[in-house]
Amino acid sequence: MTTYTAGIDVGSTYTKVVVLKDGDQIAGHILLPTGFKLTQIAEQALAAAVAQAGLDRDAIGYTVATGFGRHQVGLSDAQVTDLTAAARGAAHLFPGTRTILDIGGQTMKASRLDAGAKVKSFRLNDKCAAGTGAFLEKTARYMGFATEEIGALVATSKEPIPISGVCAVFAESEVINHLSQGVAPADIMHGAVVSLVGRSVQLLRRVGMEPEFTLVGGILRFERMASIIRDQLKATVNVPAGDLVQFMAALGAAVLGHRRLERLAAEPAGTDA
Amino acid sequence: MAFAAGVDVGSTQTKAVIVDEHGRIVARALTMTGANVIRAAEHAFHEALKSGDLREEEVEYVVGTGYGRYKVTFGNTQVTEISCHGRGAVHMFPHTRTVVDMGGQDTKAIRVAPTGEILDFCMNDKCAAGTGRFLGAASSALDIPLDELGPTALGGERPVKISTTCTVFAESEVLSWLGKGKKIDDILLGVHQSIAGRSAGLLRRVGIEPEVTFTGGVARNVAMIKTLQESLGVPVNVSEESHYMGALGAALFALDHILTARTPARQDA
Repeated sequence: MTTYTAGIDVGSTYTKVVVLKDGDQIAGHILLPTGFKLTQIAEQALAAAVAQAGLDRDAIGYTVATGFGRHQVGLSDAQVTDLTAAARGAAHLFPGTRTILDIGGQTMKASRLDAGAKVKSFRLNDKCAAGTGAFLEKTARYMGFATEEIGALVATSKEPIPISGVCAVFAESEVINHLSQGVAPADIMHGAVVSLVGRSVQLLRRVGMEPEFTLVGGILRFERMASIIRDQLKATVNVPAGDLVQFMAALGAAVLGHRRLERLAAEPAGTDA
Repeated sequence: MAFAAGVDVGSTQTKAVIVDEHGRIVARALTMTGANVIRAAEHAFHEALKSGDLREEEVEYVVGTGYGRYKVTFGNTQVTEISCHGRGAVHMFPHTRTVVDMGGQDTKAIRVAPTGEILDFCMNDKCAAGTGRFLGAASSALDIPLDELGPTALGGERPVKISTTCTVFAESEVLSWLGKGKKIDDILLGVHQSIAGRSAGLLRRVGIEPEVTFTGGVARNVAMIKTLQESLGVPVNVSEESHYMGALGAALFALDHILTARTPARQDA
């Protein structure tokens, strides 16, 4: 019998939902801006992903929530941390994953996994925007560019200009100085990316770097991001294809949901009464 | 009558002050710094000249200060803003021993000698947490003009506890408190307390010796004055000219130069 599970990742910036068929195939995936009505947005994203998969809401056998807003989502059967979920998602696509770098809108996380995709240790930055996607968003905004233009902008850069990257607020004066000296916005943006990647490599060193590396998080949707990370790490990296980089935690949650479902099915009926 | 000028090119605003031979402020002007720093400095200086009904030739010496002090192309020399804020604060409040200067992106704690000389200082150089920018973030998140933040915060009774360190994240935290149904004045009081707590920490590193004088653009904010006093446990001096304290200090250094240059000339005569 075919089973479907859903993973809902309520992140600080976006809410992601994956609908998984038989614990393996992605049948639907949807991303919506989180905003401040967490319960509502989770419902909406789930409904949209279910519709995308051509299913009814009843077809979903188990729902697992993750991300910072996971406890605000009333409709889930279970909750797991985003580290656990992202580890499971990354290992689902790349079973050899031992180190994960996850750069999101407001957090940067480095985690090390064992062979069973369990998190052995992790380091995270959620105190300072300089190490997160917010740093790039701010830099782009100071120059009059939208977040979605970052990738294309960096792609046209010839040479990154050094950006100190100590503080996303201080970056504004730095950006203005560079602009007034005639530096191309593309080279400034490129410099901001290089600065951010420098920080992420430091975080990875602290958690211990063991191949294979898998990169996840919304920031990887920008062109050249993965190659800049690869150059600084001096190692090959796994990158989930296309927009899937943003769905690793949601995918992992759905995978965990499927396992839970299998375990429930294996138990004789009535045991949990 | 000779005049001296100080131009303080800050990260957000540029201030110019002109003093007479007795060190009295005769003109002042404030402009936004923007992208063209050189022009901002010129503009502020010319606005000050206009407001004092003075001609450029009447100003004998100009000192530049602030982060853009080297962009004051018409300035005769430059002095750091730390020295200028110390000098300005002691000029206004002669018993000042500790200065807290809160600007657009930095907060400085300065300990001064009775002469106005700098003994020690400390500033946030790595991160904009606890600076005026934190208020800017709250202002844009809540869509309340900067000038109204202080008066609104004073109405707060049960301040929220702001947990964010980073100014960039503060914006979302403010919105999430709003989403949880907290009152705007309680959120804003919490924001002010958070900045005051951070500034007090900075001041403790140089030592808080009374009298404490509060300078910089943020010193115009009534709630900031109140929460800072509560955090420090001592009253603070605030001048009407708090915003111009760096420029005033620079103008006083310029005046020193005019007066010392003149002394030997008089002896010759």
